[in-house]
Amino acid sequence: MLGYVLRRILVAIPTILVIITVAFFMMRIAPGGPFDLERPMPEEIRQNILAAYGMDQPIWKQYLDYLAGLARGDLGPSLKFRDMDVADIIGQGFPVSATIGLLSMTLAVLVGTVFGSVAALRQNNPSDYAVVAFATVGIVIPPFVVGPILALTIGIYLGWLPSGGLDPRLGMTPDRLILPVITLALPQIAIISRLMRASMIEVIRSNYIRTARAKGLSAPAVIVKHALRSAILPLVSYLGPASAALLTGSIVIEQVFSLPGIGRQFVNAALQRDYTVVMGVVILYASLIILLNLIADLLYAALNPKVKYD
Amino acid sequence: MSLISTPAEKSAMLEGAAVKGRSLWEDAQSRLLRNKAAVFSLVLLGVLVVLAFLGPLLWIHDSSHIYRDRVQLPPTFEHLHIFGTDAQGRDLFARTLVGLRMSLMVGVVATMVSLAIGVIWGATAGFVGGRLDQLMMRIVDVLYSLPFIFFVIILMVVFGRNIILIFVAIGAVEWLTMARIVRGQTISLKGMEFVEAARAAGVSQFSIIRRHIVPNVLGPVVVYVTLTIPVVILAESFLSFLGLGVQEPLTSLGNLISNGARDMEVAPWTLYFPALTMMVTLFCFNFIGDGLRDAIDPKDR
Repeated sequence: MLGYVLRRILVAIPTILVIITVAFFMMRIAPGGPFDLERPMPEEIRQNILAAYGMDQPIWKQYLDYLAGLARGDLGPSLKFRDMDVADIIGQGFPVSATIGLLSMTLAVLVGTVFGSVAALRQNNPSDYAVVAFATVGIVIPPFVVGPILALTIGIYLGWLPSGGLDPRLGMTPDRLILPVITLALPQIAIISRLMRASMIEVIRSNYIRTARAKGLSAPAVIVKHALRSAILPLVSYLGPASAALLTGSIVIEQVFSLPGIGRQFVNAALQRDYTVVMGVVILYASLIILLNLIADLLYAALNPKVKYD
Repeated sequence: MSLISTPAEKSAMLEGAAVKGRSLWEDAQSRLLRNKAAVFSLVLLGVLVVLAFLGPLLWIHDSSHIYRDRVQLPPTFEHLHIFGTDAQGRDLFARTLVGLRMSLMVGVVATMVSLAIGVIWGATAGFVGGRLDQLMMRIVDVLYSLPFIFFVIILMVVFGRNIILIFVAIGAVEWLTMARIVRGQTISLKGMEFVEAARAAGVSQFSIIRRHIVPNVLGPVVVYVTLTIPVVILAESFLSFLGLGVQEPLTSLGNLISNGARDMEVAPWTLYFPALTMMVTLFCFNFIGDGLRDAIDPKDR
């Protein structure tokens, strides 16, 4: 078990290094730079600025310096926001993105499990058809369509909830998080319902469930204690990809609801060639995805006695 | 070139004379035609494709013509602006058709890119096996865990929003699953009795690949291609929504939805019609894909 975790971490290190390297050189090869203005600045000033950020060095030197900084836990200064480090910028945006992501994940797992199980237990009943129809629609409609439509109907026409942004004084208040969280969770609810329905149908047909029923266990006990435990396994192995999808989805959600999260910072930084911020966000997201995948795999092993990692 | 070349084909001909045999594909076709949702989607998609490619040529309004006095007109039959006009005074119906055409093209071309990479990668790994297989699939595993969309975003920003680059970038992201499917199929087919039998009967390597491997790999690949097209369309729309996809004067459904979302408070139809068109298109691909899967591999139902 411990050996398995160590091995996964050992594989993760070169993976992240490759990501850093590719992202670093991709940004530097590009035409244009962070200090391009509408009007070209005098060459001497330009040289001074470049020197201040160490960008007058040969590119391999810059690369090594960057890696050395990373090893010390220093992501470097932002090239666009004066007096701000990349860590500051991420520190501002990450809580917003993480809150929305965690809430969406919880919502998706809870609702998806219930929907899927109910559909499976009432197979070919109206409630089953409703869940299947919902899942089909939910997978097809992307968040960037659902988001604006929800903001328009519930936010603007009905006026029940604010349609976007955060109150700068109050921060993340529930009323401003509801719509983004639902929008982000919707496709995942659809996928998880589908997964749960399929695996639950398979499980309740198996022999051990019939045995449990035959020995007189009540229906809820059979479902909760016996069926759910193994039916949930495909869902657990989906958690890794799901978290990746949520991280990606947050980019659009933050744009639609104008939330000051990390996804929006990433797009803006990329557009403005703020190299260090882009790198910081990519490293953070890559590490997060690798970590969440590892957790999902460990959870899978913990829940499934057939799987042993060693 | 003679019509009957291999012994296997000769014996198939002889059998065919006695009992009218049905091939895998004929079987699949009849099963597909019995699936109402799939057939309906197929017809609807056909209509959409014809509209997207012929519509802009025939429609009375040009997609980039600006009517200065008709800005943000709601849908109306006057002047035949049946979807209304956008914030610049352009006919939304014409723009939706042009956008649909772009989305379909991106979907098909990028999927072909992913198909080419995935099939070559997966077939090589599966056929050669051993250490090379281990290494190649390990690379796929690692790539799976990367935040690819970030690299696509960086690519778009860095190298400009070039349409060829969109095809390649999205195609290069979506090939991983294809490689896995093809590898799995190739490995399981390599060990099948009928392949062994063919080999024992002295059928050449090339003929085995042509007669036994390719037709059997083709099924899952066709299904996966149909299901990848909507994923690619979504990916392109995602980029366009962020303002990183295709550029004006070209447009795609994602672009139109993005503009519609911006103007939705005053002109909600500029959001509704492109969004609806995209949803219908994606539904069609999904139903056709599901139908094909059920038809080609009935075990999976």
